Amino acid sequence: MAENQPFLGPRDRIAETDVIIIGGGATGAGLARDCARRGFKCVLFERGDLATGATGRNHGLLHSGARYAVTDKISASECIQENQILRKIARHCVEESDGLFITLPEDDLDYQKNFLAACAEAGIPAQALDPEEAKRLEPAVNPSLIGAVRVPDGVVDPFRLTVANALDAVERGARCHTYHEVVGLIRRNDAIIGVKAFDKLTGDQYEVRAKVVVNAAGIWGGFIAEMAGVELKMFPTRGSLLIMGHRLTQMVINRCRKPADADILVPGDTVCLIGTTSIPIKFSDLDTTRVSHKEVDILIREGSLLCPSLAETRKIRCYAGSRPLIADESDLTGRAISRHIVLLDHEKRDGLKGLITISGGKLITYRLMAEMTANLIGEKLGSKATCDTAQTPLPGSREAPEKTLRKIAPLPLTQGAALISRHGDMAPGISAFDAGENSLACECELVSVGEIQHAVNSLAVHNLTDLRRRTRVGMGPCQGELCVGRATGLLAASGAFPPEEAASELASFLEERWKGIYPLAWGETLRESEFIMWLYQCVCGLKESDASQKTTPPDPLKAAPDLGAADKETQA
Amino acid sequence: MNPLLMTNFEACTKCTICTEYCPVSEVRPAYPGPKQSGPDGERQRLKDAAFYNKALKYCSNCKRCEIACPSNVRIGDVIALARKRFAGPNLSPRDAILAHTDFMGTMATMVAPIVNYVTNIPLTRFFLDKIVGIPAWRIFPKYSWTTFRAWYFNNRPDQTQFAEQVTLFHGCFINFNNPSLGQDSIRLLNALGVGVRLLARERCCGVPLISSGFFGHAKDNALSNAKNIAQALTKTERVVCPSSTCSMTLRNEYPDILEVKNDSWRDRMDLLIRHVYRLMEKGRELNFQRQEIKVAYHTACHMEKLGWSAYSIKLLKLIPGLQLTILPSRCCGIAGTYGFKKENSEYSQKIGAPLFQSIRDSGCDLVVSECETCKMQIQMSTGVPCENPVTILARNLV
Repeated sequence: MAENQPFLGPRDRIAETDVIIIGGGATGAGLARDCARRGFKCVLFERGDLATGATGRNHGLLHSGARYAVTDKISASECIQENQILRKIARHCVEESDGLFITLPEDDLDYQKNFLAACAEAGIPAQALDPEEAKRLEPAVNPSLIGAVRVPDGVVDPFRLTVANALDAVERGARCHTYHEVVGLIRRNDAIIGVKAFDKLTGDQYEVRAKVVVNAAGIWGGFIAEMAGVELKMFPTRGSLLIMGHRLTQMVINRCRKPADADILVPGDTVCLIGTTSIPIKFSDLDTTRVSHKEVDILIREGSLLCPSLAETRKIRCYAGSRPLIADESDLTGRAISRHIVLLDHEKRDGLKGLITISGGKLITYRLMAEMTANLIGEKLGSKATCDTAQTPLPGSREAPEKTLRKIAPLPLTQGAALISRHGDMAPGISAFDAGENSLACECELVSVGEIQHAVNSLAVHNLTDLRRRTRVGMGPCQGELCVGRATGLLAASGAFPPEEAASELASFLEERWKGIYPLAWGETLRESEFIMWLYQCVCGLKESDASQKTTPPDPLKAAPDLGAADKETQA
Repeated sequence: MNPLLMTNFEACTKCTICTEYCPVSEVRPAYPGPKQSGPDGERQRLKDAAFYNKALKYCSNCKRCEIACPSNVRIGDVIALARKRFAGPNLSPRDAILAHTDFMGTMATMVAPIVNYVTNIPLTRFFLDKIVGIPAWRIFPKYSWTTFRAWYFNNRPDQTQFAEQVTLFHGCFINFNNPSLGQDSIRLLNALGVGVRLLARERCCGVPLISSGFFGHAKDNALSNAKNIAQALTKTERVVCPSSTCSMTLRNEYPDILEVKNDSWRDRMDLLIRHVYRLMEKGRELNFQRQEIKVAYHTACHMEKLGWSAYSIKLLKLIPGLQLTILPSRCCGIAGTYGFKKENSEYSQKIGAPLFQSIRDSGCDLVVSECETCKMQIQMSTGVPCENPVTILARNLV
């Protein structure tokens, strides 16, 4: 089965490499890219699909840094610097929407003065607007606002960004293995010399040796540290968000006050998002991402203060992610949380060679985090190679969209625009197809049959959820009503999974969608869900039990306790 | 824009019944269909105006999608409003000629014999086809020698003898092309004991302007008509109109598309045939002579949108000897000025073909429909005459 699995780059297993990266979020993929560009051989292991952790479970806000300007100057200047870089290197993942920080009558207008001064200090271009001007720019904004500041916030698609980084890494010879869980670290004396990887798709376990192992597993990094026998204090905090069926605004809307719950509204692609909440959770709840009714209430109540029409707008679903918050190492109590990038050289910190942890930071600073980590790796490997990730555009962003538009096959205007917005300069390779491949599979998000086939063949899609992250299939207001049925057939035909597993793949995807819809299941959202259920259960004969029949290999971390600790190699 | 419409599209459950019922989608693959053009496209357009698809102009504004929709999404309105917001000004002189029915009518009726002659000589038709873009085979409505309004003000029978009065919104077709339907309307209302007045000033309802993208002119007309209707309603209880399309426009398109409020008078603006039915319900009587005739009733698209064809059908059945066939409700393809445009004309005939066949199959002597452009299309395409039910009723009064 493994040989048939389409993959990002070569899938062959190698026994030795320079760098192993654990975690396929933006930081891990960015680090793989940076390492590969510096000429380091590297392998990335991700236990699920790319961007499944905190990377894919946030606002997708391309921070200008303004949100942190008053409270956290370091983060603010990091953000504005990376904001400017991403606009250049990742333009197909970025929308230059700008943002508004609005002051409502219940907020203190004096905060705006501090805010403007802090932005100026951090080098963030911020312009105070007349409230009338703000309402003209964004007719949906709360009309009772008494102040507004325009800042260069933007929107970034974290899935596209992570995949683009992985693609560049693979182009440069890196290996990028999704659905591979690191189940153990190989230790020799006072050094980590490799990892034990478990291939979830085949059920095989194998070892890979490396000079440096990087823990970029986000909030799951604590488990990796535990395997190495070092302590990493992490504070899992859940942030929940709500997705609206369509855009209410064109700009990001923030409250001009000290950052609080549910005070950012981000228009992303065809939808918009309100978030987030902030609730500390237990490590055991890390993989359950259910949003509570209370959180939904907070999100709608606070969101309506930014845009009153949000209250009435149809909600599609809600989701939650865990911030990879890590202890501030300089704080002696161990209770302070670092808001900054945390790069730990365990050789210096714990006397354990060959292991680095990169954590903290923000989605938008992923590149900087990768650069800092790769610099440290360079020191360890004795390499003088320099970083060029800030100047070199990612695959997809290498040419202007207008130029790409001229190269794609004749498509209906809307479909061509959607294809380019998702794949940038890679669109022409996807668009050269016949009428059949040209037909739409997902009508909400304008995804064609050809685009799905491309995703399966070259973007490491193993199931419907991976496909959703690559193409937006099933992300529209219908949440998979017609598209997912079509996509299941296409995926089975392309060999992503055997045809006999199609029903369970489909059922578990719909089940997963329902989990996100359930806390919001009223009005039109409930009506549509009922219709979907009727279509699949009553018309197509899909059974609820199909969802539970999906054969996933047992989670080795939970199933095999002996693999939880670092394996000690017999001393030579 | 109407705040309700801003979110009305959210009720769509993607069932696709609208596209199944769309007469244009059936024959014209370049048209993305109501679901994609309406609720699906609206989300894209809210993201970026670049997602506006020019193919939306292929929508004929028949509104059959809205009737089909089980979720009450005003799909036709969503599409019309998208065109209003994004299509930009229509610079086509041909569309301006076709859309400005009252201006053209005023000009043409002054020299009606010449216009009627000139528009039918082959050289003109050749020129209209090749240069202007109106197909040579399309039959134009004849212009009347004198307008209905001129006849009304000079030669009408005395209307002051009736204690009850109603205001007639006659529409352009009656005024410039078919004054006899106006005269029939007066005869029918008089037989019920109702006198007929006209608006102080009447302009085209605006529907051809809306379909060709002249939204500014349409709104000017709507504002003027709304003012005159409100004024007329201080003197009469109701304003009535024999045309299904004008009635639908005054009642629905004014607030929904043109943002002209009509809630103060919407309920008092009625389709003439429905008003007649209601008067008879209250006990007024009409006596018809026996007429051995086979009649087929065609439900025009906007009649379907109004949902009132039952009134016409019930009234037609009152004529003794009249054999009535109710045709399957299908678009005839003309959709106002849509079928007059060369780029649409082929599709227009394809859309209408099944209807034409069922008319021929019915073996009827006459087709009845409330729509004036259905009349032109049916007569041209089947050779069977087509009249408004008002005409049939009025001409068979004892």
